[in-house]
Amino acid sequence: MNPQRVRKGSEPAVAPKSIQDWLLKISYGELGLLPVLAALMAVLIVFNFASPYFLTPRNLSNLTLQVGVLGVMALGMSLVLFIGEIDLSAGSVSGVCAIILVLLSSRFGIPGILAVSLAILCGAAIGGIHGKLVTAIGAPSFIVTLTGLLVWQGAQRMLVGNQIGQILINDPLVISIASTFMPFWLSLLIVASTVGYALVFCIRRWKLKQHAGTAGKLGLLGRSMLFPILAIVIFLVLSNHLGVPVLLLILAILALVLTLVTEHTPFGVHIFAVGGNAEAARRAGINVARLKLILFSSCSALAAFSGIVAVSRQYAADGNTGGGNLVLDAIAAAVIGGTSLFGGRGRIQGSLLGALVIGTVANGLDLLGQSANVKSIITGLILLGAVSVDMVARQRRIRSGAAGA
Amino acid sequence: MSAKAGADLHILEARSLSKRFGRVQALSGVDLQIHAGSVLALLGDNGAGKSTLVKIVSGVHRPDTGDLLLDGSRLNISSPRDASAAGIETVYQDLALCENLNVTQNLFLGRERRSPGNAIRRMFLDRRSMEAEAEKAFDILGTRIPSLAAPISALSGGQRQAVAIARAIVWQSRLVMFDEPTAALGVEQTENVHRLIRRLRDRGVGVLLITHNMVDVFALADRVIVLRQGRRVSEMDPRKCTPDDVVSAITGSERAGERSP
Ligand SMILES: Nc1ncnc2c1ncn2[C@@H]1O[C@H](COP(=O)(O)OP(=O)(O)OP(=O)(O)O)[C@@H](O)[C@H]1O
Ligand SMILES: [Mg+2]
Repeated sequence: MNPQRVRKGSEPAVAPKSIQDWLLKISYGELGLLPVLAALMAVLIVFNFASPYFLTPRNLSNLTLQVGVLGVMALGMSLVLFIGEIDLSAGSVSGVCAIILVLLSSRFGIPGILAVSLAILCGAAIGGIHGKLVTAIGAPSFIVTLTGLLVWQGAQRMLVGNQIGQILINDPLVISIASTFMPFWLSLLIVASTVGYALVFCIRRWKLKQHAGTAGKLGLLGRSMLFPILAIVIFLVLSNHLGVPVLLLILAILALVLTLVTEHTPFGVHIFAVGGNAEAARRAGINVARLKLILFSSCSALAAFSGIVAVSRQYAADGNTGGGNLVLDAIAAAVIGGTSLFGGRGRIQGSLLGALVIGTVANGLDLLGQSANVKSIITGLILLGAVSVDMVARQRRIRSGAAGA
Repeated sequence: MSAKAGADLHILEARSLSKRFGRVQALSGVDLQIHAGSVLALLGDNGAGKSTLVKIVSGVHRPDTGDLLLDGSRLNISSPRDASAAGIETVYQDLALCENLNVTQNLFLGRERRSPGNAIRRMFLDRRSMEAEAEKAFDILGTRIPSLAAPISALSGGQRQAVAIARAIVWQSRLVMFDEPTAALGVEQTENVHRLIRRLRDRGVGVLLITHNMVDVFALADRVIVLRQGRRVSEMDPRKCTPDDVVSAITGSERAGERSP
């Protein structure tokens, strides 16, 4: 049949937009946050039944702190994955910047705020080097950042030097990042304004009459209320322990800013355009090399910040800070959150939720007294599940396009 | 834009364009005029220099010598951005769409509209106005799209073509160049492209059509220009000649119907 039905009478050229758009997207294989939310629910339920301590305020408070380092790194990782690149060096970069921070602070007595800024700048510069190598030489980011992984890990160990074990830090600002809790009134204020903003947003949209009908309105309300409701639950639970950690607020702000940039600005559209079809983006006048440079730099800056969070949690850094499975967990978090390794697809919130899934599994298995090996296996299986869901959805996407072609 | 109003005005004029790639003289001294609301077919054998000409006008290559004039005044095009700023759009054979982005995002790629208001609001996309504009464009083309929020990957081949061409409408382009738009298409899709090109022409857009397909030429073209080895060798009126005349002009075998420039 001719796919180009010519308009008849008053039939609009574009079907009305509403909640149907959303259902349509799902049928195209654009699953959005559904899989990761389902995974999160599943692990929460499983561990709730497996351990009576799991859902206690005290443990959930711990969990939010544990997920900080991974969460920050996963946010940065998503940015390079969105353009179809990868950063295998994020762990080493976070490690070397952690050492830079403790040396600046403990050895040279540089005040916390300055030391933190310098460490993040170092991260940004390192990412700039990676980005330049990828764009100028055209080397695959896989190789460039694998090189980075080795080089920066070496640099990290050299900077630790002869000191055996850790270099301690006692700067109050650095330490407070991961060990301060917000006063009750402040968290209440933040939660209330989040809910208020979501309501105002919904009402404004309704007035625009874009979301006609009760179903459309409820659909919009449901989607806008996802994060406010999450905020309320977190607030209610954590207030029973020490309160909401400042680290959680930092993570939320970072995620919010990155979500706004990637989903609501021209630059964000360009990111996904480059991830989807770099040549088309170039012909549309987008400076692809500059965009890649910015994203590699941001990814490494966030890796550096994750190193700072790690220092703040341990009051120290050593040759292994940022090591182990961390970088692979960050990639896994993004993929579990719906980010495609082929580029051009994914969401910041997804990566954060993906990090939460991995963090929850680690925390839950700790409670059950399981070893790191078991954690590793279970995380791997969840990743496999996420990739399979994405592959099935991808097939759907390809088929839905081919059907009419 | 008033359709047909300026049918005899030329929008773009190329004066003695030449371009050399190493030892290959891809274009030598080519003159060309493209009129509003009419379709100029640019024909020639493989390697005749057609794509080179399109690439010069769209800002991919710079000519060694020669001038481009827009509405009679000199035009300096040194990048694809300059060309689109001058109202010149190119529809590539591969369409140059991002399959993961939705219809609206593709239409406005690289030239997104920002929300009106203060500096903070201007950082963000103005989705509503872009969608309204996109909707209008598809109304004009008479193409049905399932949803502006649909990713390109969910569209049929014909719908994708419409998206690529709708860019020209959204940008109110005055000149649209097609480089072999029907080369890989079946009969039905070729007809679809013809229909879309006619819609553009009827809106007063000047169309430059590169093709090897005589069906395209006789269905659409108001004038035909033939290049051979980088030189303009012939100009013909498709209403007054046969496909054989055109083919012999392309291949260079001397036959009636060929007029020297
Ligand atoms: N970037 C380039 N570098 C070197 N030579 C080139 C380049 N682009 C084109 N040429 C040469 O210039 C000549 C004209 O090429 P062009 O692509 O314009 O031909 P065409 O008319 O579009 O042919 P076709 O019908 O095969 O598409 C050819 O000999 C080609 O090899
Ligand atoms: Mg060509």
